[in-house]
Amino acid sequence: MSRPSATTRADKILRKSLTGIRGVDEITGGGLPTGRPTLVSGGAGSGKTLFALEFLVRGATAYGEPGVFMSFEETIPDLTKNAASLGFNLGRLISQKKIFLDHVHITRSDIAETGEYDLDGLFIRIADAVKQVGAKRIVLDTIEALFGELPNPNILRAEIRRLFGWLKDQGLTTVITAERDRSEKLTRHGIEEFVSDCVIVLDHRIREEISTRRLRIVKYRGSTHGTNEYPFLIDECGFSVLPISSLGLDHAASTARISTGIARLDGMLGGKGYFKGSSILLSGSSGTGKTTVAAHFVDAACRRGERCLYFAFEESPRQVIRNMRSVGIDLEPWLRKGLLEFHAFRPTYGGIEEVLLLAHRHIATYEPRVVIVDPMTSLLMVSTLAEVRSMLTRLVDFLKTEGVTSVFTSLTAAGMTLEASEADVSSLMDTWLLLKTMEVGGERNRALYVLKSRGMPHSNQIREFLLTNDGLELLDVYLGSDGVLTGSARMSQEGREKAAGTARRQQSAGRGRELERKRKILEARLTMLRAEFEVEAERIRQSISDSALIDQGLRHDRGQMMTSRAADTSAYTKRGTAPGARPR
Amino acid sequence: MAGQTPKSVRAFANLTQICEEHLQGRYQIEVIDLIEHPHLARGAQIVAIPTLVIDLPEPVRKIIGDLSNTDRVLVGLALQQLA
Repeated sequence: MSRPSATTRADKILRKSLTGIRGVDEITGGGLPTGRPTLVSGGAGSGKTLFALEFLVRGATAYGEPGVFMSFEETIPDLTKNAASLGFNLGRLISQKKIFLDHVHITRSDIAETGEYDLDGLFIRIADAVKQVGAKRIVLDTIEALFGELPNPNILRAEIRRLFGWLKDQGLTTVITAERDRSEKLTRHGIEEFVSDCVIVLDHRIREEISTRRLRIVKYRGSTHGTNEYPFLIDECGFSVLPISSLGLDHAASTARISTGIARLDGMLGGKGYFKGSSILLSGSSGTGKTTVAAHFVDAACRRGERCLYFAFEESPRQVIRNMRSVGIDLEPWLRKGLLEFHAFRPTYGGIEEVLLLAHRHIATYEPRVVIVDPMTSLLMVSTLAEVRSMLTRLVDFLKTEGVTSVFTSLTAAGMTLEASEADVSSLMDTWLLLKTMEVGGERNRALYVLKSRGMPHSNQIREFLLTNDGLELLDVYLGSDGVLTGSARMSQEGREKAAGTARRQQSAGRGRELERKRKILEARLTMLRAEFEVEAERIRQSISDSALIDQGLRHDRGQMMTSRAADTSAYTKRGTAPGARPR
Repeated sequence: MAGQTPKSVRAFANLTQICEEHLQGRYQIEVIDLIEHPHLARGAQIVAIPTLVIDLPEPVRKIIGDLSNTDRVLVGLALQQLA
């Protein structure tokens, strides 16, 4: 059951069989060419047999294509054991008639050549095996072993060519393994000339004591394919190839925001927190609180019901949980509810590619919304900065494509300029928080600030924080004449300002009272003046009225007098002169 | 053998001739056609055709080819030392 890939027109014409091997189908654009032979070449122990086994087993279990494994080197019990290490139960598959195993073995010393022969015996065995299970897939591992067992290489080559022709006629999708002992040659005996449809090379090298495995598609006729070397690993889940080059920079950019888990930190980040699906770097020297910031974020995410994946490279999960509990963050319930999953291992265990592969696999299986890598700098112990950057680029690209918000903690050596040492990696990060300790007046106090946060306005303040029993608490920072004040310097400054404030208030209160008093004095004076004025006015009025009275009295008197004199005057006036008036 | 091919026919002819010449009645030839009994190829680990399996005297030996190289056949049958 093979599905045609839809990437190019050529791919549509060429039918492909899915391998079911993680990553391989992506690199090949749909699997191996159907009905044609594929050569898998590699050095000793590079994983060719396991690759071929998984191809067959997945074909039988996942795609309904039974298969035949013709082994020219390993015995059937050995193969069964090797398959078990990948988690495959060959015995069961054989009894279910989904896989047929045949071991072809000839001892050179038992054979004598006495004339012409062909390999019909082998053909018959293969044909019978195919018929037994109705196979659609077949593996020949490794047919070049016959060159060591049979005397005449020319007959062998001719017969191998005939065999491949026959396999093509039968429409069997074939995987042929071959060992290469030198890097220029693909096979020991040159059978690659017969297999021209698809050639895959497996490589297994040891570098600085770490083993790395790489897969490369050397040739795939009629199809586009990834041409790079892809790292892969083999473990109890089978083969895993990392198809990383296929990731581009076309992931979406969400405008949704998620809380950091620390309210005032959200405030420093434009008021709302991180962008969903962004990458965050928390850097600082040892003990500055990076894990705590990350744990707050995890706690907040789990509270929202989002799954979190925590990669711990330095501490065990139990240690992290215990440490976080001491600052009031309890991660245990999330662990129990399955909202938080830890994967703790030291990168030295397998090398940087293995870390990436494992990360990929866990993320693909668990489907978290949040991923924590704590600390990312552990990777520098097993690799160069350039490789770490390359690996992180791929990881961050992958996470962004999935819309996963990621937090990376970075341990800076104490004493080094905090910002300089992350220069290479920080460009991958959207938000960068720096945690530091500040030594002031004989104390070390914790502080953090937002070095950058793309796409949002953010605070540029250095904020002191405390690790309390209720988690991380951000405090306001006081700027003295020498710069930022923290710790007891801050407290004394706070006290001073408080006292100054009180003094000022008291002063103004005093002044207010003073004003009030003066007003009262003024009013009192006014009252007094008015009173005086009233008294004066009254006096004057009185004197005026007195004068009036006197006038009146005088007039009255005069009137009276005149009246009394009128008798006399009127006599005069009648005569016109007064009797007794002396002539003048 | 696997069906009546020229090589198989030749091999059988050569074999009977050698046996008659050197063994005279002290032999037994069993012809197995793998096309009819393909599973026997697996048990006996037959890859090349024609293959002569010599059961006795032990150990079991195989001779592949149409048996036209008589010397080799005789060596294989332990009837002659290696020249």
